[in-house]
Amino acid sequence: MTTHTTARPAAKAAAKPATMAQALQRAMRDAMAEDPTVHVMGEDVGTLGGVFRVTDGLAKEFGEDRCTDTPLAEAGILGAAVGMAMYGLRPVVEMQFDAFAYPAFEQLVSHVSRMRNRTRGTMPMPLVVRIPYGGGIGGVEHHSDSSEIYYMATPGLHVVTPATVEDAYGLLRAAIASDDPVVFLEPKRLYWSKSDWSPEAPAAVEPIGKAVVRRPGTSATLVTYGPSLPVCLEAAEAAAAEGWDLEVVDLRSLVPFDEETVCASVRRTGRAVVVHESTGFAGPGAEIAARITERCFHHLEAPVLRVAGFDIPYPPPMLERHHLPGVDRILDAVARLQWEAQS
Amino acid sequence: MQQRSSTVQEPPGAARDYRLTPPPAWQPRTDPAPLLPDAEPVRVLGTDAVADADPALLRRLYAELIRGRRYNAQATALTKQGRLAVYPSTTGQEACEVAAALALEERDWLFPSYRDTLAAVARGLDPVEALTLLRGDWHTGYDPHEHRIAPLSTPLATQLPHAVGLAHAARLKGDDVVALAMVGDGGTSEGDFHKALNFAAVWQAPVVFLVQNNGFAISVPLAKQTAAPSLAHKAVGYGMPGRLVDGNDAVAVHQVLTEAVTRARRGGGPTLVEAVTYRIDAHTNADDATRYRGDAEVETWRAHDPIVILERELTERGILDEDGRRAAAEDAEEMAARLRERMNADPVLDPMDLFAHVYAEKTAQLREQAAQLRAELDAESEA
Repeated sequence: MTTHTTARPAAKAAAKPATMAQALQRAMRDAMAEDPTVHVMGEDVGTLGGVFRVTDGLAKEFGEDRCTDTPLAEAGILGAAVGMAMYGLRPVVEMQFDAFAYPAFEQLVSHVSRMRNRTRGTMPMPLVVRIPYGGGIGGVEHHSDSSEIYYMATPGLHVVTPATVEDAYGLLRAAIASDDPVVFLEPKRLYWSKSDWSPEAPAAVEPIGKAVVRRPGTSATLVTYGPSLPVCLEAAEAAAAEGWDLEVVDLRSLVPFDEETVCASVRRTGRAVVVHESTGFAGPGAEIAARITERCFHHLEAPVLRVAGFDIPYPPPMLERHHLPGVDRILDAVARLQWEAQS
Repeated sequence: MQQRSSTVQEPPGAARDYRLTPPPAWQPRTDPAPLLPDAEPVRVLGTDAVADADPALLRRLYAELIRGRRYNAQATALTKQGRLAVYPSTTGQEACEVAAALALEERDWLFPSYRDTLAAVARGLDPVEALTLLRGDWHTGYDPHEHRIAPLSTPLATQLPHAVGLAHAARLKGDDVVALAMVGDGGTSEGDFHKALNFAAVWQAPVVFLVQNNGFAISVPLAKQTAAPSLAHKAVGYGMPGRLVDGNDAVAVHQVLTEAVTRARRGGGPTLVEAVTYRIDAHTNADDATRYRGDAEVETWRAHDPIVILERELTERGILDEDGRRAAAEDAEEMAARLRERMNADPVLDPMDLFAHVYAEKTAQLREQAAQLRAELDAESEA
């Protein structure tokens, strides 16, 4: 995977807290400025700047040929992007909401993910599919799905999800630079989360596939990503009051999966809880828990637990707080990790 | 009620002055008339128009048809011998396949469906490389960039948006490249067909869509596939011209496709061409065509065989003689013999290729799995 650091133009204004949406937009702007083959496309990405304003200003700055409002057909958008990638462009496709990406699923599974393999490496697919995902913003049906497991289960795709403003920039730059297709899942309820990250300062572009320890701890490991990271950090602070020193690992990339960082942490702490919004049954946590068990069995003091969304279609907004893993549910799981005491 | 209504202050004359705002006049975005196909498919053979055709082109078309027919027969035989997993024959449809290939310049791109092996071969692709997918030793046997032929697409119509994207990208880069995308009649019911045509028309992308209407989607006849007057009529709904052509008339298909390709190259936008043809063989060797069609129908189409009608016309006009026919047959026989010989050799496969091209760089998990397979292979070879 490509690793490089981008030197930015000199500061133009005093640093203000930046949002994740701004960091993503900046990542696309910088990539487009550096590489004329980068094209942004999707429904409403041009004049409107995207319904979340993530592509705001790109059409004005780079022209409609580089940031294109397409007809409304997700399979058409992604299918056309495949052809554009075949001709040497690097399309960055926006799917407006998680569930709106499903019509494009066939293109993703049947072509995007396999083209390199099918052609023995002669036709790579350097494209990014940006998908705002997850709940917690009071969206109506089909606006809150966590669909990462579908993409994770498809060989040939990278699946990336930032949880911080800094990572939103760095990981999107890495995704655009990647010679393989990347499904870039943007936790929409973190779009407006802020950081002192300065868009003017040099920013690190992290390689895809590296998890990071967000909070060191000794009692147990919370393995999480995307929208659940802030919840886990909050839970870790609350647990500290009860004498639990929780380590929090942010995966950042679901595929490739950074087994090394996760297992090193679990071997240190001896206990693990996987936390995500997506459904638990056959969800991402099932895979992660199985891997931890296979690799760290003799270090484990308790079974690996999962705190996930319920196994239900995403609930209506007035009930979503009961579905989403919150601090209390995480703390309950942590309490259940006191396996020896209970048995 | 009385009291309440009396408190409402109506401006004087309001009711009398109120008018519904008339809607703005509706205007069609495009005049549909020039987009509509002719009532009858375009035909050249059997008309005076043949006299305008270049004799060299006619002889080339003939030779390619003969080669194509022989190729179909040989590939079908290889299926029966177990050398190919499956072969979707284009016997009876060779005119469409050959004309598709010959209508393109070298810099253009072809987007074939799984049935269009012959178009790829007529474009110059190694016959063995063209059969890799169907033989089962890999999914694509050639470098698509080298030949400007996209991988044969097994899912229906999903390659059509790729053709649009590629043509669009080429135009953005200033290259006068045209993409020709091939699909069957069944494929026109798929969503990606609609999306591709719509994108192409909105973007005015230099794409030509060739629908080979061979009468059946496996067993489902056209009447159960569409209620449109013709598949070419679908074009008008997207805002592009639709052309209807006799798909067994190689000269007509070549002419109509060349016009569409030229138009696209000059910035005129996409065209939808429906070639009316017939699949003489079954869908594949796994299909029993007698369950859904009668012999009489097949015989009618045999009489309108693309080779028969071209050969007759060229012979009558003195463009083709016995020597020409024999040369074409010998050339085709030689191609078949070479194909047979090469296909009868077992392909040499490297199982480690399984992991070679999933990602640009193997993930840790794939490295582990590759090591596992390596160990299994080593154990096998030691045993």
